[in-house]
Amino acid sequence: MDIKALSKNTVLENGQIIDPYNKKMFKGDIWIKDGKIAGIDNFNFPKSSKIIDCSGKIITHGFCDLHVHFREPGNEAKETLYTGSLAAMSGGFTRVCVMPNTNPPLDSPESITFINEKAEECPIYIHPIGAITKNQNGTNLTEMGLMYDQGAVAFSDDGLPLQDGAMMRIALEYSTMLGVPVINHAEDECLRSNGVMHEGKISARLGLQGNPDLAESAMVHRDLELAEFTGAKLHVPHVSSEKAVTHISQMKLKNKNVTAEVTPHHLYFNDEALISYNTNLKVAPPIRTEKDRTSLIQAVKTGIIDCIATDHAPHRKEDKETTFDFASFGMIGLESCFGIVNKILGRDSGIGLNDLISLLTVNPRSIMGFNNDLFIIGTPAEITVLDPKCDWVFQKNHVKSKSINSPYFGHHLKGKVLITISRGKIYYQE
Amino acid sequence: MLKQKHLLGLENYPAEDIQTIINTAFNFREVLERPIKKVPSLQGVTIVNLFFENSTRTKISFELAQKRLSADTINFSASSSSLKKGESFKDTAQNIEAMKIDAVVIRHPTPGASKNLTEFIDSIIINAGDGTHEHPTQAILDMMSLYEKFGRLNNLKVGIIGDIAHSRVALSNIYGLTIMGAKVKLCGPPNLIPPFLDDLDVEVNHNIDDVIEWADALNVLRIQRERMGRSLIPSAREYREKFGITQERLNYHNKNIVIMHPGPINRGIEIDGSVADSESAIILDQVLNGVASRMAILYLLCGGKSNEMEVK
Repeated sequence: MDIKALSKNTVLENGQIIDPYNKKMFKGDIWIKDGKIAGIDNFNFPKSSKIIDCSGKIITHGFCDLHVHFREPGNEAKETLYTGSLAAMSGGFTRVCVMPNTNPPLDSPESITFINEKAEECPIYIHPIGAITKNQNGTNLTEMGLMYDQGAVAFSDDGLPLQDGAMMRIALEYSTMLGVPVINHAEDECLRSNGVMHEGKISARLGLQGNPDLAESAMVHRDLELAEFTGAKLHVPHVSSEKAVTHISQMKLKNKNVTAEVTPHHLYFNDEALISYNTNLKVAPPIRTEKDRTSLIQAVKTGIIDCIATDHAPHRKEDKETTFDFASFGMIGLESCFGIVNKILGRDSGIGLNDLISLLTVNPRSIMGFNNDLFIIGTPAEITVLDPKCDWVFQKNHVKSKSINSPYFGHHLKGKVLITISRGKIYYQE
Repeated sequence: MLKQKHLLGLENYPAEDIQTIINTAFNFREVLERPIKKVPSLQGVTIVNLFFENSTRTKISFELAQKRLSADTINFSASSSSLKKGESFKDTAQNIEAMKIDAVVIRHPTPGASKNLTEFIDSIIINAGDGTHEHPTQAILDMMSLYEKFGRLNNLKVGIIGDIAHSRVALSNIYGLTIMGAKVKLCGPPNLIPPFLDDLDVEVNHNIDDVIEWADALNVLRIQRERMGRSLIPSAREYREKFGITQERLNYHNKNIVIMHPGPINRGIEIDGSVADSESAIILDQVLNGVASRMAILYLLCGGKSNEMEVK
């Protein structure tokens, strides 16, 4: 792990700079002084500066992931805020939002403060998402206002979808006075039942209980209607089905307050990959059919889906080295993210690099209301340097997370993050 | 010899290997008819019966098959609930393999468990039922029983009746029978037949009388009472009326039809007692063929060579 304090003066020289906020691309240098942007393009820098040659490389905003699980407090054997930060930096991420399904959950102003204090020791920016209901019980609203005051950036009962429509309405209504998004893992628990993979031809062959796409689309539809009714900001996480895409695209025609994300794994795999019974592919919502996968790619192209989020979900080896029914849901995803989405969306689907970078930078930042004009003098540097053409094979030693539940080992990735700069620290990829 | 090291399921299993197993099983069936029903074929071979789910007849059948072949057998039973909190599946398997064993017969409540096991240990694995996925040895004994009765499987018309969605017996039978050229129709309440069967080369018909009229043989599945608790089936009475293989129904159709059932039977629900006891039913032949089939499978997988086999 090569992570160091930035030199007092650092210059990234001769790179292709992509500014996704101002939609500009130019060849040039960036000067970072005391961890802040001190000059861009034309400037005079001290001779003692540390010079990093970036020729042939892309210099852009640090990535932002608005959906990760860092397991602290309660499950530090799987991940901590610090180890999660290392995984993030390795993937080019300088800013993440952590989901509140910890133990105990982030359901009080005190727990939000706990995260913010711990995050101060981490090399990236970590924002807590607060729980919607106490103990994620689905019935008692948390102190959303006080949690917001302490720094909660959104609200979600992630992992335990809010089933009660009236409760969802209350949460959305209440959130309008705070102006932050409500994120509901959209699955109807009754329809999902005990499903462990997508219900379809493959689940019928494998004998695994299916989770139909209807479980997602019915809930997405409910949430979209409630969002329109209340005027609240709704963010739909990890969209997995064509049916849900259809609902979102229709609502987006009339409601600008709706946003959506997709994970790299829903863009990369289809349910035929499950024939191996690989427990690392057991995720919620499940990986669906090829038709769903292509509709998700199309939805990214047309802007129906706004951003990429990894849903980085670390689990111990023993939680995955078991049979499919008993294995935990989720996979890690920060380290492999860029190489996967650049391969699927860039190389295979013709999305340009600038647009691809926006899906990882300006788009998630604007959903969460974060500062987006990062290449302004005086702004704390959040920078990613990458080589979009690099072909590499993802291996266990690329994982910086405390957990190794990735299905990508041995897969060829396209494009690699080389340097990540955040909070006065610099990370060099091995 | 068989092409695959393990017997995990019959999906894409080679037809010639199914035929080899059935042929070998008929040889062992002769052994079972002798006064001394034991052969030394698997002497020195150690087989573990790893049962993570309750089973009576499959376990007895496997144990008997192992004893008839002179293999050394040990039994491991664990309820799935104790698995959840205690030792992991991988640890359990590796601990047992560390004692130097040759083969594992595994029953587990999770689909794919036997496949997962092949990734943790090197022994030969035989699937004795993995959740709602496959139960290949049951399907082989069913096919052997049909073969015994009809002398062929090709173009045989077989109806599988009952809870298809939750049945490993059904899925293995579908795979095995279609590979062997038989025609398969499924019959049961629509909510107990999975909606995504397009790839399986079977037909679905919800009218039991149509299926009886069409079929040469029926494989009648056990209706599990817990399914009724979940309201998947309104009542035993309604099930019997709509899908039961009743005496009246068979009298009405008045045709020769072979009746199979994997057991245990719910008399008076999926099948009438008088039908189960009738000449048409081959339910007890299936039990005997079960031992013979499992002997054949163990023998062919665990090192036996056909020219060494002394069964004559």
